[in-house]
Amino acid sequence: MNRDAMDAGIGGEIVTSHTNQLDRIINLARANSLHYLLFGLACCGIELMQFGGPRADADRFGAVFRATPRQADFMIVAGTLTYKMAERLKLLYDQMAEPKYVISMGSCANCGGLFQLAYSVCKGVDKVVPVDVYVPGCPPRPEALTEGLLRLQDLVMRERWKDKRRPPRATPATGGRA
Amino acid sequence: MTTSEIHQRLQAQFGEAVGPLSEPKVDPFAFVKPDRLVEVCRFLKDTPGLEIDFCEDLTAVDWPKRDAIEVVYHLYSYKYRHGIVLKVEASRAAPTVPSVEGVWKAANWMEREVYDLFGVTFSGHPDLRRVMLPDDWVGHPLRKDYQEAGGFHGIPNLRENPLVELRRLDEVRMAEHAKANPPPPPPAAPAPSAAGAPPSPAAPPAAPKA
Repeated sequence: MNRDAMDAGIGGEIVTSHTNQLDRIINLARANSLHYLLFGLACCGIELMQFGGPRADADRFGAVFRATPRQADFMIVAGTLTYKMAERLKLLYDQMAEPKYVISMGSCANCGGLFQLAYSVCKGVDKVVPVDVYVPGCPPRPEALTEGLLRLQDLVMRERWKDKRRPPRATPATGGRA
Repeated sequence: MTTSEIHQRLQAQFGEAVGPLSEPKVDPFAFVKPDRLVEVCRFLKDTPGLEIDFCEDLTAVDWPKRDAIEVVYHLYSYKYRHGIVLKVEASRAAPTVPSVEGVWKAANWMEREVYDLFGVTFSGHPDLRRVMLPDDWVGHPLRKDYQEAGGFHGIPNLRENPLVELRRLDEVRMAEHAKANPPPPPPAAPAPSAAGAPPSPAAPPAAPKA
């Protein structure tokens, strides 16, 4: 069962694959050179390092890490986000140039995870920035994060150049989804 | 030197200001009166036989039923490998304890942490402010009667149950997709021969296939 069928089954976006050649070329270049902003906050950061390490190599997909948001295409938020850090996260996300994406890695970034009852933990990164791919796990194996990257590449391959302005993003107040 | 010997020397020096030693469960502790605390600590650090030069830990316990916040000092000596635990009791309404930052510099941040999480004011501390939580956080979280403020700087602190949330989102997306691609109109009424066809002619063709 291929991914589109899976997504269709759970009500995901169904985009016809009638993209023209220009879209294909542009998206091929974009998808295979996605540079990510390092945002390792906690234990998932260790798995993020191994995701860039020799075994589950991110570099073979063109995804190298950047320490600065100005040069990054997407951001992997790996670890528990606290309220104190959430403002800095928003600041760095705002400093990234469009088109930008966010992968939320690990259960703490997805929903607050193990620390959901804590007073200082933000219950999910999507309360602050809009998320494109959620990678579950505690921590997710580097191979799982690779799968997340491949999903993001699929997302990028399906975009169209004429729709340069992406569909309106959800505001954080609505809990991260439109 | 064992803990009880240290305690005996303290009582010999300070008398009533140092309480009795507790039962030796894990770390026997002794209560100290807050106004003599700095003297006691300086005596422990400077006396030649004791030389307790390491403040291992400085933390607090909230006892709402006793209406007290206990500040606990775990003290240890690297030279003689002995230690003692001291406790100071402060009222919950206005907890103030003298600061031992002048005796052990390690107490600086540990007292800031106790201030941050319990609200205990340390008099004589040079830089008493929050150390972990954001500077404009309201409340002291480790108190037993702490209530969360419902979020921080506009970020809400509740999250919808994902089983409910994802189903709702899927229904929204399905509805949008159905509206965007309307289903084809249903076919006209079927021919009468097909509707009236008995099932028996259909059975023999099905049998060889099975």
